[in-house]
Amino acid sequence: MEFDALLLSRLQFAFTIAFHILFPAFTIGLAAFLAVLEGLWLATKREVFKTLYLFWVKVFAISFGMGVVSGIVLSYQLGTNWSEFIRLTGGVIGPLMAYEVLTAFFLEASFLGVMLFGWKKVGPRLHFLATVLVAVGTTISAFWILSANSWMQTPQGFEILPDGRFVATSFVEVIFNPSFPSRLVHMLMAAFLTTALVVGAASAWQLLRDREQPESRIGLTMAVGLLAVVAPLQLLAGHWSGEVAKEHQPMKLAAIESYWESKANHPLVLFAIPDRATQSNHFEVAIPGAGIIVAPPDEVVQGLDTVAREDQPPVFLVFFAFRVMVGLGLLMIGLGLWGAWLAWRRKLTDNRLFLKFAVAMGPAGFVAVIAGWIVTEVGRQPWVVYGVLRTADAVSPVTTGSVATSLLIYITVYAVVFVAGAIYILRLLEEGPGAGRVEPSPEGQRAPGTPLAAAPNEAPGGPK
Amino acid sequence: MSLDLPLIWAGLIAVAVLLYVLLDGFDLGVGILFPFSHSREDRDVMMNTVAPVWDGNETWLVLGGGGLLAAFPLAYSILMPAFYLPVVMMLAGLIMRGVAFEFRFRGQRRGRPFWTAMFGFGSILAAFAQGLILGGFIQGVEVADNRFAGGTFDWFTPYTLLVAVGLVCGYALLGAAWLMWKTTDALHGDARRWALFAGVLTALFLLGVSLSTLVVHPQVAGRWGWTGAGFDPAQFLPLSVVPLAGVAGLATVALGVARRSHVWPFVGAVLVFLSGYAGLATGFFPYVAPYAVDFREAAAPDNALALMLFGAAFILPLILAYTAWVYWVFRGKVTPEAGYH
Repeated sequence: MEFDALLLSRLQFAFTIAFHILFPAFTIGLAAFLAVLEGLWLATKREVFKTLYLFWVKVFAISFGMGVVSGIVLSYQLGTNWSEFIRLTGGVIGPLMAYEVLTAFFLEASFLGVMLFGWKKVGPRLHFLATVLVAVGTTISAFWILSANSWMQTPQGFEILPDGRFVATSFVEVIFNPSFPSRLVHMLMAAFLTTALVVGAASAWQLLRDREQPESRIGLTMAVGLLAVVAPLQLLAGHWSGEVAKEHQPMKLAAIESYWESKANHPLVLFAIPDRATQSNHFEVAIPGAGIIVAPPDEVVQGLDTVAREDQPPVFLVFFAFRVMVGLGLLMIGLGLWGAWLAWRRKLTDNRLFLKFAVAMGPAGFVAVIAGWIVTEVGRQPWVVYGVLRTADAVSPVTTGSVATSLLIYITVYAVVFVAGAIYILRLLEEGPGAGRVEPSPEGQRAPGTPLAAAPNEAPGGPK
Repeated sequence: MSLDLPLIWAGLIAVAVLLYVLLDGFDLGVGILFPFSHSREDRDVMMNTVAPVWDGNETWLVLGGGGLLAAFPLAYSILMPAFYLPVVMMLAGLIMRGVAFEFRFRGQRRGRPFWTAMFGFGSILAAFAQGLILGGFIQGVEVADNRFAGGTFDWFTPYTLLVAVGLVCGYALLGAAWLMWKTTDALHGDARRWALFAGVLTALFLLGVSLSTLVVHPQVAGRWGWTGAGFDPAQFLPLSVVPLAGVAGLATVALGVARRSHVWPFVGAVLVFLSGYAGLATGFFPYVAPYAVDFREAAAPDNALALMLFGAAFILPLILAYTAWVYWVFRGKVTPEAGYH
């Protein structure tokens, strides 16, 4: 494997986008959670919801800031490292990204200021509106970026001009391409699950120390409720995505299941060491007959042998990333159902083993999201636009030295930012929402300029 | 009726970039001035004057980049590789200063001084890198077969360094004038001194950049009436309003500072930037990848431009309206006691 500009650019893109996706995956759900909390506070006037809001909005501010700055990198990196991709497909995919900026980024960025700093400047209803608009903005953003990415997975509605450039024949077909609906649903649910797991873990952590902590009881109950409903649904959404891949990206499915030959009645491969060199699996553990969850009996599923070896995606990474994602998904279902059962018996906060399980599952959403994106992005290789444009033909005419330099800079900067952000967020979670109930003095541990540090006792007292 | 879509989009992106320069200009400027501030309380106030709006300001950069990608993919795919390293520098700077807004308030014994330093350093780095890109843009990029064909360090010349330092000074002027508008007491006094100092430097660099542009690029000089054969006043006269606006802007800054006005220096600084921006546009219009590809050659297919224009026509006015509303919400002086938080 040669470390040329292409490979380094791929590494850099994988690194920067994996870093970035952590934050949207968290903030999409968290924004919605905050909107619900503020709405509940306005409706019920119960202080506990306000305390929860003021606590989680701090976590949101840190995460959102990191999401914003790492997102700007991506919008420029398409040009610095993948200029041929943009030169050829910009006329098709560009408008989707432009719409994301126009309909989502400005909405989020502008109302975020009001959300974080506007408690004393606007009335409670207007502030609630700002929170809702930020939440709406994050979801609209997911809509466009999933549409653009899905078009790269299952392109349609375009033609290629004699000079190689793409031109859209129907933007409706481009935007609503075959893999878009299932992938949008899958990603939005993943974002909600990620948030619920973090909220659940942070609440459980507090409850392990103080079983009566009221904010954390509510936080855990809400998280468990969401997990119990959404985690099983996510399994169905994932299956739906797989069905779409079977029809439109058969090599991705073959890599996921590690099917080397095309045939009917495949077994369900649980574990294997896929080997590209021998075009087969080593140490395969498979359940004969269970392949019916992939395809009905007698339906021929295409194997990797359908295409030339250089057109096969890297099987190893896709195969294992998929199993990590599904494994964590099953654990999430388990957590949700166990929690729902405990809550039904009104014993949610008594079972320490459950609380510890909830804490341990805190990062599971992030890991599953990254594993899922590895499946979808690596599974698309060697194409950047599936079946139409190769990744190798999309790279910029830049030198290996330039890309090595930028990769080093990004790794350094992101390491510093990530470590600091993680410390600040974990510090807040350790402190817990309870600390917000006691108004700290200006000389207290929090700086006077801290967003919302002084808000609780001066926040508007609900709708007039 | 058929619209000239490429021309409209060239105009829209020019406006987006101008808004970015003016809006993020003052909040980058506040960061550039960070190292010169006297106390932690002053720095808190300085940051608070821009904390609620910086994110929105920076979104114009995303629109500038995303808009260029979508409307002029050819130009985007030539310029980004051409300015590879300065773009990475700019992004690294924007990351460090962007997270500093939250991190600085979260940091404790070691974290806070570190993020204070990073807010200043990141702002200066981002501004400097933008200056290198601007300078490289005026210099022009080498293109062959619709792709960037120049060297890795083409953007690194005495001329681009001059532009870069000049832009840092210009942003500092915007930032200082903004702080004069938004602060009181001792900090206001500091801002006034900074505005004076940055104003003088900006004037010098503006003159230096203008003159060296005429020397470095004869094609630009030709636009202003300087040809190899001599000076053509008829060509220059209608354009003279541009440098005159710059002079008027600098005079407004100077008078505003002298008469202890709180608002006029900012108005003057904006006028200086408008003049500089118009001056540049005169030099390289209609090129979007100077001096190889013009905006018509680089434009995306008409159906893509039409689809985006349909959205932009409704959404941009809305964006401008709620952006103005946010500025209105956070109007007035920012003091340590009456912070928003």
